[in-house]
Amino acid sequence: MAEEKKLFKVKIDNISVEVEPGTTILNAARQIGGDIVPPAMCYYSKLKGSGGKCRTCLVKVTKGSEADPRPMPKLVASCRTTVMDGMEVANITSPEVQEARKGVVEFLLLNHPLDCPVCDQAGECHLQDLGYEHGADGTRYEFKRRTFEKIDIGDKIQLHMTRCILCYRCVFTADQLTEKREHGILGRGEAAEISTYIHKALDNEFIGNVIDVCPVGALTDKTFRFKNRVWFLKPVDAHRNCENPKCCGKTVLWMRGDEVFRVTARKDKYGEVEDWICNTCRFDKKEAKDWVIEGPRAVERHSVISQGHYVGVTKPKDTLTEVLDGRKPKLLMDIHNVSEVNRPGIDLSAIQGPAHSDDFNKK
Amino acid sequence: MQALTNRAKPVDRRPMTFMEKIYLPAIAKGMGITLKHIFQKKETVRYPEQKRPFSPVFRGLHVLNRDAEGRENCTACGLCAVACPAEAITMEAAERKPGEENLYREEKYAARYEINMLRCIFCGFCEEACPKDAIYLTETFAPAHYKREGFIYGKKDLLVPMPGEKK
Repeated sequence: MAEEKKLFKVKIDNISVEVEPGTTILNAARQIGGDIVPPAMCYYSKLKGSGGKCRTCLVKVTKGSEADPRPMPKLVASCRTTVMDGMEVANITSPEVQEARKGVVEFLLLNHPLDCPVCDQAGECHLQDLGYEHGADGTRYEFKRRTFEKIDIGDKIQLHMTRCILCYRCVFTADQLTEKREHGILGRGEAAEISTYIHKALDNEFIGNVIDVCPVGALTDKTFRFKNRVWFLKPVDAHRNCENPKCCGKTVLWMRGDEVFRVTARKDKYGEVEDWICNTCRFDKKEAKDWVIEGPRAVERHSVISQGHYVGVTKPKDTLTEVLDGRKPKLLMDIHNVSEVNRPGIDLSAIQGPAHSDDFNKK
Repeated sequence: MQALTNRAKPVDRRPMTFMEKIYLPAIAKGMGITLKHIFQKKETVRYPEQKRPFSPVFRGLHVLNRDAEGRENCTACGLCAVACPAEAITMEAAERKPGEENLYREEKYAARYEINMLRCIFCGFCEEACPKDAIYLTETFAPAHYKREGFIYGKKDLLVPMPGEKK
């Protein structure tokens, strides 16, 4: 008979949960779910070795364990600290943790350019959410922020080093998904930057996943660059039979009308992908006929992405044609005759990179 | 039936007296009221020669602002369009090319920007949402048109003219 595994009893914010030995506090909190889950900018459950960099998941351990009930002297990173039997953890119930998290957010935003109006990640950015939920209203930083030139990593991925918070997720992704990693961190401390060796292009079948794991807008999809804002697009679940055996082919299409503007992997509520997708699915299949569309993606109600998506609307029957004996109502103006926006001749989703002035001015 | 208010008056159905039948006193009374108003303060103004002052919070036609160097402030972030309750604002963004730095302030700009004045309710939410001080509501009306086509305002209608340039 298999011997029964002893489960550790942990109390997080006065909610008890039994988890296996070796589980981190963060994962124990995720098993409970809800508001008590500490936010994480660098930890990614699908990436081995990730975590411990950003310090947003700091929690207070008020009781070390059943055997040694002393509290831990300092706040600990919950993504790297494993649970002990009888451990008691305070996250949202501890003002000390909230205060520390506010400081961490301020530090993360020290060098962040705050160019959200320009950034393609705005609306689905974890740093934006973190700043709104835990950050202060203003910054006390008065010095020049570090700046970098934006770099093209390959022809499909753009790196904005100014926005990077050095979470190392993309490095782990490249390490674990591809055989040969070609980018890493150069320099140390404030001078550290994600870079390829002498701007070498990244050309691996799965390198596009670094876009999905990036919690900020540092790595963005160049085929989607400046095309549209995420909250004007409609996410739908879709799949296709990908020829690549390692690719699951299950994606989210970001559509507007029949145009597919962007393809991403499916992300769960912690912003982590459910399964990796290959570059062909992500960058090359930008037509609705390439995909089998399953249905609209459930978007959190509080997300800006869900705005303007009128779900569950029942339209009343239009009785006008009946009243007019089958005559159609007279159309006084077709907006496309006047409007310059969404002109049928210019298909933004079909342009390779971002649109430029000459794309619009051509007849 | 019970009356909803106590202001209802029963109709007087008695036959008119002689004085009421000749109508002249009633006409004189009415003319007296008219004559009184001739000498009272006028409530109307002679528009368009004379205009009433706007309230300081009046919200009128939109403009797209430029910065001190004449570059367009708008970066097509879409916050005005997402804030717009009437969904009157649409836009298409483009990337600034090298050499266009004197035209646009940020690396991204609105290549197309349209406000449908037929839909706009002049609530001013776009002005409040704008993070770049780009859109403002001015103290003018949208001028009248005979056709609906004239109410689709593009960038050339909305942008404030360059300093020194005649509109």
